[in-house]
Order: sequence, then C-alpha cells, then structure tokens
Amino acid sequence: MNEMTKIAVQTTLKDWETDQEVRWCPGCGDYAILKAVQRTLPELGADPANTVFVSGIGCSSRFPYYIESYGFHTIHGRAPAFATGIKLANPDLDVWLVTGDGDGMSIGGNHTMHILRRNVNVQILLFNNEIYGLTKGQFSPTSREGTNSPTSPLGSVDRPALPCAFALGSGARFIARAYDVSKNLSAVLKAAHAHKGASFVEIFQNCIVYNKDRFDDFVAKGVADQNQLWLTDGEPMLFGSEKSGGVRGIALDMETLSLKVVDVVDGDWQAAGVIVHNVKNRALAHMLVEMPFGPFPMALGVIYDDPRPTYETVLLGQDEQARKGKDANLAKLLGKGQTWTVSGTAADPI
Amino acid sequence: MATLVDGPDALTGGKDTPNPEAVVVRFAGDSGDGMQLTGGQFTLSTALAGNDLATFPDFPAEIRAPQGTLFGVSAFQINFGSTEIDTAGDQPDVLVAMNPAALKTNVGALKVGGLIIADTGEFNKRNLEKAKYEVNPLEDGSLEKWQLLAFDISALTLEAVKPFGLGNKEALRCKNMWTLGLALWMFDRDRQPLIDWLNAKFGKNPVLAEANVAALNAGHAYGETAELAGPLKQYHIAPVESEPGLYRTVTGAEAISLGLVAGAQLAELPMFFGGYPITPASAILHNLARLKEYGVTTFQAEDEIAAIASAIGASYAGQLGVTSSSGPGIALKGEAMGLAIMTELPLVIVNSQRGGPSTGLPTKTEQSDLYQAVYGRNGDAPMPVIAARSPSDCFEVAIEAVRIAVQYMTPVMVLTDGYIANAAEPWKVPDPASIKPFPAKFLGEKNGPNGELLPFARDEKGARPWIKPGTPSLMHRIGGIEKNPGTGNIDYSPASHQIMTDARRDKVDGVANTIPLQEVVHGETSGKLVVVGWGSTYGPIYQAVRRARRKGLDVSHVHVRHIWPMPSNLGDLLKGYDKVLVPEMNTGQFKTVLRDQFLIDAQPLNKTSGQPFTIAEIEEAIVAALGGDVGGEVDADKTQLPSIKSVNP
Repeated sequence: MNEMTKIAVQTTLKDWETDQEVRWCPGCGDYAILKAVQRTLPELGADPANTVFVSGIGCSSRFPYYIESYGFHTIHGRAPAFATGIKLANPDLDVWLVTGDGDGMSIGGNHTMHILRRNVNVQILLFNNEIYGLTKGQFSPTSREGTNSPTSPLGSVDRPALPCAFALGSGARFIARAYDVSKNLSAVLKAAHAHKGASFVEIFQNCIVYNKDRFDDFVAKGVADQNQLWLTDGEPMLFGSEKSGGVRGIALDMETLSLKVVDVVDGDWQAAGVIVHNVKNRALAHMLVEMPFGPFPMALGVIYDDPRPTYETVLLGQDEQARKGKDANLAKLLGKGQTWTVSGTAADPI
Repeated sequence: MATLVDGPDALTGGKDTPNPEAVVVRFAGDSGDGMQLTGGQFTLSTALAGNDLATFPDFPAEIRAPQGTLFGVSAFQINFGSTEIDTAGDQPDVLVAMNPAALKTNVGALKVGGLIIADTGEFNKRNLEKAKYEVNPLEDGSLEKWQLLAFDISALTLEAVKPFGLGNKEALRCKNMWTLGLALWMFDRDRQPLIDWLNAKFGKNPVLAEANVAALNAGHAYGETAELAGPLKQYHIAPVESEPGLYRTVTGAEAISLGLVAGAQLAELPMFFGGYPITPASAILHNLARLKEYGVTTFQAEDEIAAIASAIGASYAGQLGVTSSSGPGIALKGEAMGLAIMTELPLVIVNSQRGGPSTGLPTKTEQSDLYQAVYGRNGDAPMPVIAARSPSDCFEVAIEAVRIAVQYMTPVMVLTDGYIANAAEPWKVPDPASIKPFPAKFLGEKNGPNGELLPFARDEKGARPWIKPGTPSLMHRIGGIEKNPGTGNIDYSPASHQIMTDARRDKVDGVANTIPLQEVVHGETSGKLVVVGWGSTYGPIYQAVRRARRKGLDVSHVHVRHIWPMPSNLGDLLKGYDKVLVPEMNTGQFKTVLRDQFLIDAQPLNKTSGQPFTIAEIEEAIVAALGGDVGGEVDADKTQLPSIKSVNP
C-alpha cells in the first residue's frame, strides 16, 4: 500500500451503517462484532469509498451488506482468492475479509492457507462459533469432539482444527484472538489494521441458536478474569487477580521446553519466571496458539506481529521492474519472432 | 487438401517427376528424441520458404515415457505446400521413424507408396521387443507397399559429432538435427536460419552448438550423396500465393495470448490473468507472464477456483479479469462463473479443450466441452460462448471475447482445443490500428433518476454500470444472492427473481445484435446439403467441401464462431438446405443445440479418437449424405492417425 496516498477521513459510526435490515438472529454475537468494526473504522480514519469488505458464505459472510463501504459477498470459502485479485488490481484499497470457521477452515481452508502464505495486505476476521449456523447446526471443523449435531447424532469424532495454529503454520505474520463482546476487540482490530500484510484475527462468536454460550468457560462473568490471558507486547503474561483467587502467569518449563502456569506472589512476576510477551517471537507464538484451554487460560490479544513485505508490493514491484525501459508497442509485439514478407506473389524471407 | 499431383510416387519417383503441390511429413520418435523440436524447426524453415502449412504435434501425456515403448512415441506432422493448406494432412507422404515403436504406431497412416526413413541403429533386439515386433520389419518384407530408406542414423550422427568429444548419450541427442538436416535437403531449404537458431540456443555451450550444426550439415550432405542411388529425391515446393504483407507462424496458445493483450488495449484496461497450470492450457499463462509491459499482471493461483476467483476480484476492482484452463479445471470454475454472471462482471474464460471426461486425454484434442460451456452451471446462467477455428483465428476470437465481456458486463467463454493450442500456421500479422477500439466505461457518479445509486440499472444493451471500488460516493454491495433489479440490494421476492432472470437471459441473447450475421464459407446460401462446423474442424471440413464441390456435389460449408448466442440469421440459413451435417469431435453436442434452437434435422458425424478429422472422413460422409445415407460414427479403426492406445491397448 502506498502510504503517501492514504488520507485520514472523518467519519462516525453512523456513516458505516447501511440502510439494509440486519438479518442475524436476535442475540447473535455477530451484532457485537459489527458494532465493534463500525466503531473502529472511524478511529482508523478509514474512507468508506476506499474500503472493501469481502466475504464468502455463511452467517458471518453477510457482514458486507451491513457496512456502508464497497462490499463483495462471494462464494463459499473463496473470499481470500477474490481479495487477492482485488488487491493485485488495486493495492490502494483497504480490504477486510470476513469469514467463519466453516467458510475459512473447511471449504476454504486451502485459500486461507495461501493468502496467509503469500502475505496479501488484508485484514482477515474469522468468526469462530464452532458450528455451522446458516445450514442449521451441523458440526464444523472447529467443533469440539463429541459435538452433538444433526450430522453427528452420536457426537462428532473429528478432532477440531485450531485456526490460529493453522494460520501460523501457513506462514501468517500477524495472529490475534478476541471474542465478540470483548471490550478489547476494537484494539485488536486496530492492531490488525496497522499490520501491513495479511493479519489473521480469530474472533470467538456466540451462536445463540445452535451453539449457545459455547465460550462461557472463559467469557462468562466471574470466570473471565481467571481464564483470559490478554497479551501485550513487552508486558508479562499475567492473568487472574487477587480478588479472583490470585494472580498467575505463564512461564517456560526449561526442562520440558513447554509452557506452565505459575503463581505470582506479591506481584513479583520476575521471581515466578513469567514470560514477557514479544510479538516478534515466532517460537513463542507457536506455543501460545497450541496452549490448551483448561490447564491454561485462553490466550487473547495480539499473539504474533512481525511484518515482512506484502505480496502485492513484491509482485507488482517485480512487474514494474520488468516493464522498465520496454515500450508496449502492440504492432511490434504481434510481428515478433521470425517473420517474412510477402510482396506480390514471391515469398521473401528476411 | 491439395495433394501430390502425380499420385503417391511423386516423391519417390525418378528425377523427372514434377514437384508436388503439397507434402505431408511426419517425424516420429521416442519422447526423448526431440521430435517436437525437430518439427517446430522444420515448420519455421517451411514458413521461411514461403509455403502455406499446418502442423499437428501429437505427444504422450507422460513427460519422459520409458524409452522405446509404444506409448512413449511422440510425433509431429506437417502439411505444407504451394496452395492453401487447412489441415495437417490426412496421410503422410514421408514418415521419419526414429525407432521401432515410432514405426509401428505411425506406419499405418502412411500413404501407400510413401517413403519411410528409418534409423537402423535403433532397430535392435531390445527396441524391437519393446515395440512388440517379433521380426525386424525392415527386413521381413512387411513394409513392401511403401518405399523404405533404412540406414544407421545413429552411427552417422556419432561419426559426424566425433570431433567434439561428446559422451555417447549427448552425441546421440544430435540425431534429431541430423534428421532435420536430411529433411532440409529433401525440400531444398536454407540451413542458415537453423544454424543461427542452434548457435543462439546453445550460446552458453559452443561445443554443443557446433556438434548440432555438424549433425545438421552431415544429414544434409547425406541427402546429396544418397540421391545418386536411393529412392531419396530432392523437391522444391513453390511458395504459396499469399496476400502481400508481413507474416509469422503462430500457435493457438500464442494467438490467444496476443489477442487478449490486444483486447485489453482496445478496451483500455489493464489485464489480470489468474491461472493454474493444466495441459494444454498452461502455454497461455506462460506467454502472458512475459508480457508485463503490456499492462498484464499474471497470478499463478493455488487452484483453478482461486484462479477464476482472483480474476473476478480483479474485474470487480476495475481490470480485465481473465482465466484459462481445460475441461477438468473449467468444471472447478463453474460456481465462480455463476457468481460473475450473477454480479454481472466482465470476465474472459479460455477453455483449451482436451479429451474427457475426468482427466481423459490430457494431450489429445476433443470438442466435448460444448455442453459444459453453454449449459454447465447451476441455475439459469446464460453466458456467451465463442469458438476459434484455427490457431490464427484465436487472435480475433480473443478480442471479440473481451469486447463482449466489457460491453455486456458478462463472463464470456472462449473455446479452443488441444489441437489449435499446439498447432502452428502462418499468420498475416494484423495492424492493431485497424481494429476498432471499445473503451471500457466506469460509472463516476450516481445514476438514478432521483440522484440515487442504481448499480443494477441497465443500458440499451442490458448491461449494468461498472463501478470501481475507490470511487467516491458510489459505495454499494454486490454478491451471489438474488438482488433487486435496480439497487442490487438482497431481494429474493418472486417478482425480483423473475425480472432478474429474464434480464440476464435477454442481455446475453442481445449479444446477437452486435455480432456479424452468419456467412457461408464455401458454396451457396441454400441447396441439398450444408456441413456445419465449429472450432478446429474448420480445416478438414473446408477441404472436404471443396473436394466434393469439385466433383459437382451440391454441398456448402457453414462455420459457426458464435456458439451462444448464435447469429440471428443462422436458423433461417440452415433451413434453406435439405440436409444438415454436423461433424464434431464429440458425440454430437452442437448438433443437439442446433436441433433445440432451430428444430432442424441436423445429423451428426462424430469422432472421439483424440485425433482431428481427416478430410477423407468428412468427404465420405458428404457423399453418403447426398446418396441418401447420413453421417454416423467414424469407425475408430478407420481413422488414419491411430491413437497410440489403439495399437497398444
């Protein structure tokens, strides 16, 4: 993206609302995410005319219809490929990609992998509700083992995929996690937007109809404090509080080279060996995205953020180099190679 | 086809035999023998000599099939002459067989009395066994009906390149140049362009260049010496009378690429090409990847779906989106084509057809994706389809596809096939300034009567406006869900779906208003019989009709470029003939569409052997049709270019 051409535009949340009736189920987590995005865009100085929301198919993918910008509701799983074409055609557009656990991890897993590996400069918001909503409640690739659903009446036996681990394995340079009603969602979105390259944000989203309160074990009031680890670059990995039963932290077990939960006494996290978060530490990111919930808290916030040149900058830059000093004379191109001239009836090889 | 004027002995007769009008030569060898390269260079030399020509490269799907096997044979056929040439020729006059397998799989096609040039050095026990010969055919008299010229090309090549100190394997690789040298001598060709080419090709390895040039010269010298004794004779094929102008040879894949570049320039659009490698379509992606300075961006996607999806994304963002594939890949793109139809975005999809279904015959030609092109999507999903009839015709067809896509805001499918994609023919280089431009227009401000934005309002062609993201005040949402006829907002009310379905159909039907009326290639606008073709059957139909008319038969040739929608006069035109014969390299797909559209008794002539029609096959069907019989299947055994599989099941 050409930073010089970006001009901050003054908008309000209202400017990002469309005249379309929002058709999600009442109480759906998507409403909260929509509001967070509409609240964040003005803070980013985003220009509605220069913003494009691209989506695939599913509940989450209706998102573009409700944002007053350019929007393209495409086909199931393929939004990353459309977004790649859009960015290569016009890298100055600010592209957001909205997908779900079915759209982005199942039918479109391949494209998710490749947009991340190529590092196209888009913000990818994957709404993970661990269920298929729009097709009425079948288990999804992120559903937990044993999920009872119309297609798994005896409980699903598929091992769930971990979107952030998948993203990191695919070569993503920005990985973050949040949830629909979190007050920190906006900050995570801003960090994703600030990252130049493909930024991957997994947003846990409550499907009120088919998978109600699935994430309550870490988002419900009363347990959140003890079960959410909000990561901040340069800050120790602490969670819990004295009120909720003690401050704890994440430390490295040097013998097994794995993470462990340690108690922090009197605020002395250094003594407890608590790790200071470093968003550029890829090895640490691998451990955080694999950190199992239960024995550990849920890692939230910016897990990894280490930019490198974007795909469109490199590819289009290469094209630009290739064009240098060459003129696009079509007549010359058509007559290229070994030619001969016919004058009258005799062939005259040249 | 203009054939040997004095019958088959013209090539092998005495010194006083007049020069023939046209000659068909087939080079056949192991896939590692460099036959395609030999054929390609012989083609170039033919073009430089001013002959008209058509080629037919025929190679196995395997990159390097096991040496000496029947399925590893790679062949290249060229028909060239001093008159108009439209096919690669029914029966070769000359067969160059580099090993027993090449002889076995190709000799059946050779004209009786034709000349076989065989490399005895390769006719050893091991290779004979691999080719399933019990006795050496060069020695048992089984080749009696042909002229045989067998000598040890391998040994002669080794001798010629000895001074360069190459290893045995490397030295033997020069065999194809030795053979090419002989062929150049036979047809009185200038060696210099080939020598220049070899020096350029092996610029980094001058020893290899010299060795290859030595082999080429040795083959040529052998021709001069052998003339004294053997059946070998030198011919001069006079240059064809062509329109004055600048010429070059072009393959279908090249012409498609150039046509797309020209089309984008005429539309004043940058081009985005999203592709995924597949035989025989990859060459288009290869060609365009080298044309960045013409405003081309190429993107090798992760799969066929991403290839088309990225192209649609680019079109949405204001570029000309193009994607290309072959049958199986086109199948994968189907859903995305539906989205381009639904969102009414311009897009060009090139299908280089190959034998199907499934993986089918990756390197062989067929025309069996016509139903897929016209009907192969979910829902009522009309899409213009146009077909190229020859390698050079691909240029115009590609431009026409871009025009329709941009003017009608629709995806357009271009049908070529494996034969057209790989085959070469001379091409009179067009002057781009002579082609009328059709600049794309983008909406700049709100277009509704009350100052509102109507992304799905329609112009006189039924096309919606093209709106580039980034344009101030024109923010809107599009997608695959049925929409309101004007605003494009989600609207699946009964009235809305009816109106939009009709509008999409009418728009595509309306393309017929801006395409030329159907003309008759050859013959009259009414009569006893019309042969209706589309795509690469053009050459054999053209020549078959010409021959039949010379015999006084009442037959005409109509060749359809616009498969969907068809030219508005086509139905009436075809109804003016008593009989309609439709030769196709499929089981009768266009025939069915013609019957459906015009309620005419179109009769099929079908061939699905992975090989193009011969002129004789179509001529026979014409005679039969006029004698009261009608077309029918071409017996696979009768096809004169047997597929390798038919002799090695």
